[in-house]
Amino acid sequence: MSMTENTATSLNAAAANSAPTQGGALLSARDIEVAYSGKVALSGVSLDILPNQVTALIGPSGCGKSTFLRCLNRMNDVIPGAKVSGEIMFDGHDILGADIDVVSLRRRVGMVFQKPNPFPKSIYDNIAYGPKIHGLAPNRDALDVIVRDSLERAGLWGEVHDRLKSPGTSLSGGQQQRLCIARAIAVKPDLILMDEPCSSLDPIATARIEELIDELRERYTIIIVTHSMQQAARVSQKTAFFYLGELVETGETDDIFTRPADKRTQAYITGRVG
Amino acid sequence: MTDTTEPTALLTAIDLTARDARVRKRHRAELRFRGYGIFSIGVAVAALLWLFTSLAVGGAGAVYTTYIKIDVHLDQTVIDPDATGDAAVFAKASYQSLIRSGLRNHFPGVTGRRDQRALNGLVTLAAPYLLRDIVLDDPALIGTKTGIWILASDEADLIARGKGTKRSTKSRNDGQAAWIAELRSQDRVERRFNWQFFTGGDSREPELAGILVAMIGSVLSLLVCFAVAFPVGVLAAVYLQEFARRTWITTLFEVNINNLAAVPSIIFGLLGLYIFLNVLHLPRSAPLVGGLVLALMTLPTIIIASRAALQSVPESIRDGALAVGASRVQAIFHHVVPIALPGMMTGTILGMARALGETAPLLMIGMVAFIVDVPKSILDPATALPVQIFLWADSPERAFVDKTSAAILVLLGFMVLMNAGAVLIRNRFEVRL
Ligand SMILES: Nc1ncnc2c1ncn2[C@@H]1O[C@H](COP(=O)(O)OP(=O)(O)O)[C@@H](O)[C@H]1O
Ligand SMILES: [Mg+2]
Repeated sequence: MSMTENTATSLNAAAANSAPTQGGALLSARDIEVAYSGKVALSGVSLDILPNQVTALIGPSGCGKSTFLRCLNRMNDVIPGAKVSGEIMFDGHDILGADIDVVSLRRRVGMVFQKPNPFPKSIYDNIAYGPKIHGLAPNRDALDVIVRDSLERAGLWGEVHDRLKSPGTSLSGGQQQRLCIARAIAVKPDLILMDEPCSSLDPIATARIEELIDELRERYTIIIVTHSMQQAARVSQKTAFFYLGELVETGETDDIFTRPADKRTQAYITGRVG
Repeated sequence: MTDTTEPTALLTAIDLTARDARVRKRHRAELRFRGYGIFSIGVAVAALLWLFTSLAVGGAGAVYTTYIKIDVHLDQTVIDPDATGDAAVFAKASYQSLIRSGLRNHFPGVTGRRDQRALNGLVTLAAPYLLRDIVLDDPALIGTKTGIWILASDEADLIARGKGTKRSTKSRNDGQAAWIAELRSQDRVERRFNWQFFTGGDSREPELAGILVAMIGSVLSLLVCFAVAFPVGVLAAVYLQEFARRTWITTLFEVNINNLAAVPSIIFGLLGLYIFLNVLHLPRSAPLVGGLVLALMTLPTIIIASRAALQSVPESIRDGALAVGASRVQAIFHHVVPIALPGMMTGTILGMARALGETAPLLMIGMVAFIVDVPKSILDPATALPVQIFLWADSPERAFVDKTSAAILVLLGFMVLMNAGAVLIRNRFEVRL
């Protein structure tokens, strides 16, 4: 048995009982540094993510929020010239290690992108794709259950149950984004990463997603990148403020917004930077 | 005060209906530009119309052909002297003499070897075989004197259509014209649809020459071309576009593929001649080899088109698939390639439509042969539409001019079909993102 398979199975086996690691954290990042073709975009970031909480990553554009997020499901692997160092402990493994099977990792760490990106397939197939490739459904009925479950949890079932065969791209922007959330949920992840999920949506669709995030917190751990202070305040329990490739400050959301320790944080949340 | 009067002054300064020199000049320039545009389109349309009408006029001459009704005495003593009733005996009889005496009976005044030869030249050289088939079909005709429609020769066909034949002398021509006029007055001359043209292979006799061998040769070659070039081209494109690391080697590949797309087709023909015939000893003149050569030629086009199609698939689709835990190969083959496929198909069909019209590479591998029998597989000798056009255009007989036009129309028809197919695939299967 190869190293990769070994890790893969243990990652899968632990999926049921997501045992928190150090000090109750689901995931802890230490000294993360990311460079794109030698240009450092992020350095010295250490952050613990607590289970069943929403952690908001805030900071001005280009400060490295997305870069950090992409470390957590190894999506930086795809970018030519990207180099990540440091340590990210998740379920007893350093997920930056060479022996990690990224496919298993991404099954457990889902991602929702800035622009809704449903596959140009039916609503049903959008959800069913993940469970299918991971062999989560032994038969068609089980798959139907997963699809329905995921759509219900994403608050979309009522709107689409009678048109599961129509293309996912035919939905409105807000519905598409909830479809993407349902798609992420369908593979039963522990952690869901959201990179500015509402930035292309109107205020009503945004409010809908924010409610949804609050509901999802019961079962999943969520990290959300957001540009909106109000959103961070509304949906998150923990907030981390990034600035120029560094993690400046992290703590309870209430504290960060009322009593920021660093004056750069204060400047940002009062609207003087960014 | 100035600050209150100024805006009104500005407003009134511009008369919205003014037709001063500057406005008129601008309008003239716009009109002129439209004029140039319409003129250019007019020239292009006129050229096309001219091409098509001249082709259609010529093509009609090949699609219809002349038949002559001759009273033939199907003499039992010639066909079956021993009254065997055996088809094998009928088949060996001399039908030529029956036809000739039939013709002589119509024009008893024709004497002299030269005139008689001209008279016999009214019907096709294959007339004895046609008559034999008629008799074999209906042996009851033996012993009767029947009016039989016989395919006219190319000369007679041209004369019947009021055209001169280049290869005939004037006196032969005049004589034949007079006979045909007389036959026509007896309702013995008829124009019929020329099925032979669509069901036969090439022939030295224009009235017998058909395009089927060339059509089948082209279709078989294109099938081979598609079967080889499409999978290879698509896989190469997928690898280069989605998997290969960007190094100087991949850049070198890219530049060379672009160069290959511009290499004259005759070079691919020479390459095919060397590799497929000299080294691999595949059969000459076969659609297999023709298709392989066309595949070599089309491959760069397919790779370039497929890469462009892959490139136009948004990165967000790959990200979405990877993020739910698809491997790189799964993301590409489950999501990216299906979206790019209509574009790849379109590029491939357009590349093959170009290959359909290629003559030079096929000349090099011997698909230029004179082939009468319809090929039954990709290993049988065949020719191809553009080569057939080249061969007929080069023939001295006047009647082959019409065959050439008809063959060009068939080729253009194929091309229009393929291009329409490409448009159809694009519209039907294009994925809305
Ligand atoms: N794919 C990439 N290639 C090169 N540089 C990148 C890439 N993605 C991000 N960067 C750089 O890294 C820095 C952080 O970017 P990012 O993480 O996208 O910021 P944020 O999401 O906070 O706006 C920026 O300076 C950006 O230019
Ligand atoms: Mg970002």
